[in-house]
Amino acid sequence: MLQLIENEKIREVVNGKRIITKKPELLAPAGSLEKLKVAVHYGADAVFIGGQEFGLRSNAGNFTIEEMREGVEFAKKYGAVIYVTTNIFAHNENMAGLEEYLQAIEGAGVKGIIVADPLIIETCRRVAPNLEIHLSTQQSLSNWKAVKYWKQEGLHRVVLAREVGAEEMRKMKEEVDIEIEAFVHGAMCIAYSGRCVLSNHMTARDSNRGGCCQSCRWDYDLYETVDGEEKALFDESDAPFAMSPKDLKLIESIPHMIELGIDSLKVEGRMKSIHYVATVISVYRKVIDAYCADPENFKIKKEWLEELDRCANRATASSFFEGEPGYEQQMFGTHASKMKWDFAGLVLDYDQDTKMVTLQQRNYFKTGDTVEFFGPDIESFKFEVGQIWDEKGNEIEVANHPLQIVKFKCERPLFSYNMMRKENI
Amino acid sequence: MKKPELLVTPKSVNHIKTLIEAGADAFVIGEQQFGLRLAGEFSVSEVEEATNLIHKANKKVYVAVNAIFHNDRLEALDNYLKEMQRIGVDALIFGDPAVVMAVRELGITIPLHWSPETIATNWFQANYWNERGAKRTVLARELSIDEVIEIKENAKPEIEVQVHGMTCMFQSKRSLLGNYFLYRGEVMQIENRKENKNMFLHDKERKNKYPIYEDLNGTHIFSPNDICLIDELVELFEAGIDVLKFDGVLQTEDYINTVTNCYRQAIDAYFEDGEDAYESIKDELLEKIEEIQPELRPLDTGFIFKETVY
Repeated sequence: MLQLIENEKIREVVNGKRIITKKPELLAPAGSLEKLKVAVHYGADAVFIGGQEFGLRSNAGNFTIEEMREGVEFAKKYGAVIYVTTNIFAHNENMAGLEEYLQAIEGAGVKGIIVADPLIIETCRRVAPNLEIHLSTQQSLSNWKAVKYWKQEGLHRVVLAREVGAEEMRKMKEEVDIEIEAFVHGAMCIAYSGRCVLSNHMTARDSNRGGCCQSCRWDYDLYETVDGEEKALFDESDAPFAMSPKDLKLIESIPHMIELGIDSLKVEGRMKSIHYVATVISVYRKVIDAYCADPENFKIKKEWLEELDRCANRATASSFFEGEPGYEQQMFGTHASKMKWDFAGLVLDYDQDTKMVTLQQRNYFKTGDTVEFFGPDIESFKFEVGQIWDEKGNEIEVANHPLQIVKFKCERPLFSYNMMRKENI
Repeated sequence: MKKPELLVTPKSVNHIKTLIEAGADAFVIGEQQFGLRLAGEFSVSEVEEATNLIHKANKKVYVAVNAIFHNDRLEALDNYLKEMQRIGVDALIFGDPAVVMAVRELGITIPLHWSPETIATNWFQANYWNERGAKRTVLARELSIDEVIEIKENAKPEIEVQVHGMTCMFQSKRSLLGNYFLYRGEVMQIENRKENKNMFLHDKERKNKYPIYEDLNGTHIFSPNDICLIDELVELFEAGIDVLKFDGVLQTEDYINTVTNCYRQAIDAYFEDGEDAYESIKDELLEKIEEIQPELRPLDTGFIFKETVY
């Protein structure tokens, strides 16, 4: 177990009580404008998004400049900020149009870009100097001297390699005065990011320009060659060789992250659903706030952990945070499964007088189903759906049309952006 | 026109002698604590011995310090760099900016070669690291011939291209082979095999075999085919590529000797007797390589003539 060492630099006495005033930023992913709004509403201090060029995840929903502007305006109302990932390693053919693109991002009011290629770093400094420059994890930044290098190059922030552990982070913070961003939750690369081209070889898709096909999640058979003979190193009964990592989950290490002085806690997942973003962000929000408000008496609540589990589709692990991960942090013979709970509806409105909730359907549900409501402004609660009406006031038994607007009665108050989920049976 | 340098990877000090005779111009050596995926393991004293030998033959020696460093190796790196300065090797091959920092702090005067493998994909980066001391860029192997040529046209530093051998396609810090055996409760299996580099992953769908091994830097997985450009060198010659590299990792000494000599002949034919001379021997050279090519390792041309999408 890691020892929790109190960090004086992040504390102040407020109203006679010693609390943590230097809270880390909670950084959320968003693959669409809707997800961005949900992330901010559910407590993210910052959101990272992809534009239509120069970013990885070519399959993720990506933002137009107009959508970026709208996202920035929305976030501003909550005091939140937007970063744009421009973290490809460019080939010559990708170099055109970069200046205009960076200027457009700057013009949209984005706070910074997350970038790996010095081409984009230097171009940004020259043509869009108001953008902060954050080094992407694609550079596999793993030691304090390299952190110092990027500090001298004038970067505002570095995102560490996923292979960096707590004690290494401590040393980096001691040696270099620069903002540090570290992953706390989400899917992992099993390779050093940027150093994997499995996808290029197996499917001719360039992983470092957003084409990763996740070959590391496939099964392989392990052999050895002895005197020119191939010999299987597995029996038919064995699980095949796999290198699929469990997803990262550092919810219980958040106090350590805060004490280390990590500046930004990053949740991975621009491809994930709004249900995922809402659930994960709301739980991390609660943990960060609770620890900072009263570090001495902080205890992680069982409900928070259960809540987080509701949107998990893989087993989770702490990865490199507490040391070298062993076999128990990988998945053998199993693959991602369905989430235990499905997103079933988004609350659009709630009438305090009639107790009537207006909801946008996101997944099949019917009268008699037990559902759960959650949101940043309510305690999660379970509820049995009674009579349902459609938009025109006709009674229906089943809400089975995507995005259909329905109404039903719920005694406990709800707020717009609250979400309804249903257990997967 | 200047002949490109023929850069190879010896397996031992003795092997260097043979490779000098086979026609190599320069050598990459080092040890796994600092360098990645080397054909041979050379201690500091062996680096010194090799350097004397290589310099006596008027050839060049480059030492790999291209690991992805974590805090715990930085001190050892400093000492290693000082040793290399004392020995007087001709270049340090790096990928991690920590090496640039250390070289500045220690006043090391050995030239740098920038070699981060997969991420050296455009000429801007080549020039960026050139301004920070790298007089050579080793290009990513995932580039097409047109991309290589355009980089050469716009780059200030020397450009090195791998023309033969396997390439790394994956490096994990995790002990993936060890973990697989541990998961199956067969800890002895990996203990017995740790030093062996004879394992591969079989991809049934693609019918590919990917060599895999573990060392201090984690787990490395390699391409299913060996690049072989022996009969496709004209465009690289014409573009003025400065260095042709043959990476002999996981190959035998005999194989490395023969292939080195084939590339020597190809370069000499083109630059001493002209394109026709090269054209007239290239098929023969290819056949020579095919003859000794291990059955498990099909030859191809890497990404030079293959397009990737994203």
